[in-house]
Amino acid sequence: MNNDFALKTTVPTLSRSADRQQQNVDAPHKVSVRDLNFFYGRNQVLFNVNIDIPPNQVTALIGPSGCGKSTFLRLLNRMNDLIPDTRAEGTIVIDGENIYDKSIDVVDLRKRVGMVFQKPNPFPKSIFENIAFGPRLHGLRHHDSLAEIVERSLISAGLWQEVKDRLHDSAMGLSGGQQQRLCIARVLAVNPEIILMDEPCSALDPISTGRIEELMVELIENYTIVIVTHNMQQAARVSEETGFFLNGELVEFDRSPVIFTGPRDKRTEDYITGRFG
Amino acid sequence: MMKSRNLTQTIAFAVLRAVTGVVVIPVVLVIYFLVSHGWHALSWHFLTSAPSGDLKNGGIFSPIVGTLYLVGCTIILALPLGLLSAIYLSEYAKPGPITRLVRLAIVNLAGVPSIVYGLFGYGVFCILLQLKECILAGSMTLALLILPVIIVASEEALSVVPHSFREAAMALGATKWQTTYRIVLPNAVPGILTGSILGISRAAGETAPILFTVAALYMPHLPRSIFDKAMVLPYHLFQISTQVPDCPPEIQWGTALTLLVIAVGMNVFSSILRVRFRKNRAW
Repeated sequence: MNNDFALKTTVPTLSRSADRQQQNVDAPHKVSVRDLNFFYGRNQVLFNVNIDIPPNQVTALIGPSGCGKSTFLRLLNRMNDLIPDTRAEGTIVIDGENIYDKSIDVVDLRKRVGMVFQKPNPFPKSIFENIAFGPRLHGLRHHDSLAEIVERSLISAGLWQEVKDRLHDSAMGLSGGQQQRLCIARVLAVNPEIILMDEPCSALDPISTGRIEELMVELIENYTIVIVTHNMQQAARVSEETGFFLNGELVEFDRSPVIFTGPRDKRTEDYITGRFG
Repeated sequence: MMKSRNLTQTIAFAVLRAVTGVVVIPVVLVIYFLVSHGWHALSWHFLTSAPSGDLKNGGIFSPIVGTLYLVGCTIILALPLGLLSAIYLSEYAKPGPITRLVRLAIVNLAGVPSIVYGLFGYGVFCILLQLKECILAGSMTLALLILPVIIVASEEALSVVPHSFREAAMALGATKWQTTYRIVLPNAVPGILTGSILGISRAAGETAPILFTVAALYMPHLPRSIFDKAMVLPYHLFQISTQVPDCPPEIQWGTALTLLVIAVGMNVFSSILRVRFRKNRAW
C-alpha cells in the first residue's frame, strides 16, 4: 500500500483548546439522525444514514461528487422540501425534536438552522439591507436595533472593518470572498444554533478560503457547524469529526485525525489516498 | 474549398440581411405615409378642441380623453388580475393537469379574435350585467383581451429572477409569500412594467372590442363617470374614414397619426425602459 500521500502523515489543524475537545465528548448531541432514507421520486439517494453531530464543533462531510453529502446537508434544514416529488424516511432529531414531525414549524427551523451556499448569493440590495433582511422577516422594525444586529453580525463574520463605511452600498459590488462572508453575516443575524455550509469556499480564492476557515474556528464558540466539502485538506484543517459518504451511504464517521490517517474502512482509505474521487 | 464555404457564408448573410430589411420596410412605410399626410393637420387646436357635431370639423380632444380614461380603467383591472395569476403560476402552482389546463386557457385567451371579445363583452357586461354601454364594460372587455399579454410578460419576469435568491431567503426562515413579496417581486418589476406598457398600447388601439361596449359616435361632453359612454380614438377614426361623407382628409390622417404616435410611442418607451433596466441590473 502506497503511504506517500500526504494526508496520511500530517494532519494540520487550526488551534483549538484541548479542554473544549474533552467537553464535547461528554455533551449531548446537537443533531441525531437515525435510519434516514431519502428518495428523489422513485430513486433512492440516501441509504440508512445514522449520524450524531456534537454541539460547538465543526463536523465535516466528505465524499466524491454525487455521493449524497449535499443532499444530506439540505435535509437538516428541510431545504429539500422545496424540491417537488421527494420523500424522507427516518428521523432527524435536533434539540430533542424530530424535525420531520408534522407539528414542526419549518420557518422556525430554518431560523435555528442556517445555511451558507456554495456560490455566494447576496440579495441585490445594500449590505445593510442584506443583513437586516432576516431580522425584518421575523418582525423587527426598529432601526437602531437593526443597526446593532447588522454591526454585530458583520463583526462576527470578520467583515465589519472592510464595509463599515459603506453599509448602504450595493452588496453586489463586493468581492467573492467578501460576499461569502456577507452571506455568513446574514445567517448570523437571525441567531441560529447550527450553521450548515455547503462547500462554502469552492468558488473562492485561497486567501478568502483561509479567512473563512479561520472564521469557522472562531464561530464554534457559539454555534455548531456542519460543512460539506470537496477539499480533504480543508476538512482535515477545520473539523473535529468527519463523515465519509459514498453512493448515498455514510461509510465511516470518526474523529478527523482517525479518518485522515488511519481509517477503518477500505473505501475511506481509497478515497483519502486518491484512488478514486 | 475555402472559397466555396466563404461564398456560401456571404450569400447566407446577404439573404438574412435582405429578409430583415423586408420586415423593417413596412413599418418605415407606414410611419412615413402617416407622417407626411397627417403632419399638417396636427396642431394644438386640433388636439385640444372637441369634434364638431357632424365630425367634419374641430379636433379630437374628446376621443383622446376617452381613450385615456378607457385605457386607465383597463390596466387597473388587468394588472392585478394578471400579476396575481402570474405569481400563482410561477411560484405556487405544482406541475400537474390543473396547471396545464390553466396555461392552455391563457393561450386560448390570446387566440380569441377581438371581434368575438367585443360581442362577448356586449352580451355579458352590457346586457347580462346590465351595465349598458359604458367605460366600465369596455375596459372589462379590453382587460380580458390584454390579460394574456400581462400574464405571459409577468411570468417571464418572475422566472428570470435567479433561484438562488429564493433559496437564500427561504434558508433564512422566510415563508413562500415573504420570499415572493420581498425578493422576487421587486426584482421582477421591470419586466412586469414593460409588459404592462405593451398591454396598454394594445388596449389603446383596439377597435372591435369597444365597438359595442363603450364607443359613442358623438358626445358633446367628456365622459362623466365609468358608467358613461365615451368617444375613443380607434372608433372615431373608423367613423370619420368610412361613415362620415366629405370628412376632410387631413382630419382623418391627423387622427390616424395621433393614434399611431400613442401606440407606437408606448411600445418604443417600453423597449427603452427594458434596455435601461437590463443595463442597470446588478444580477
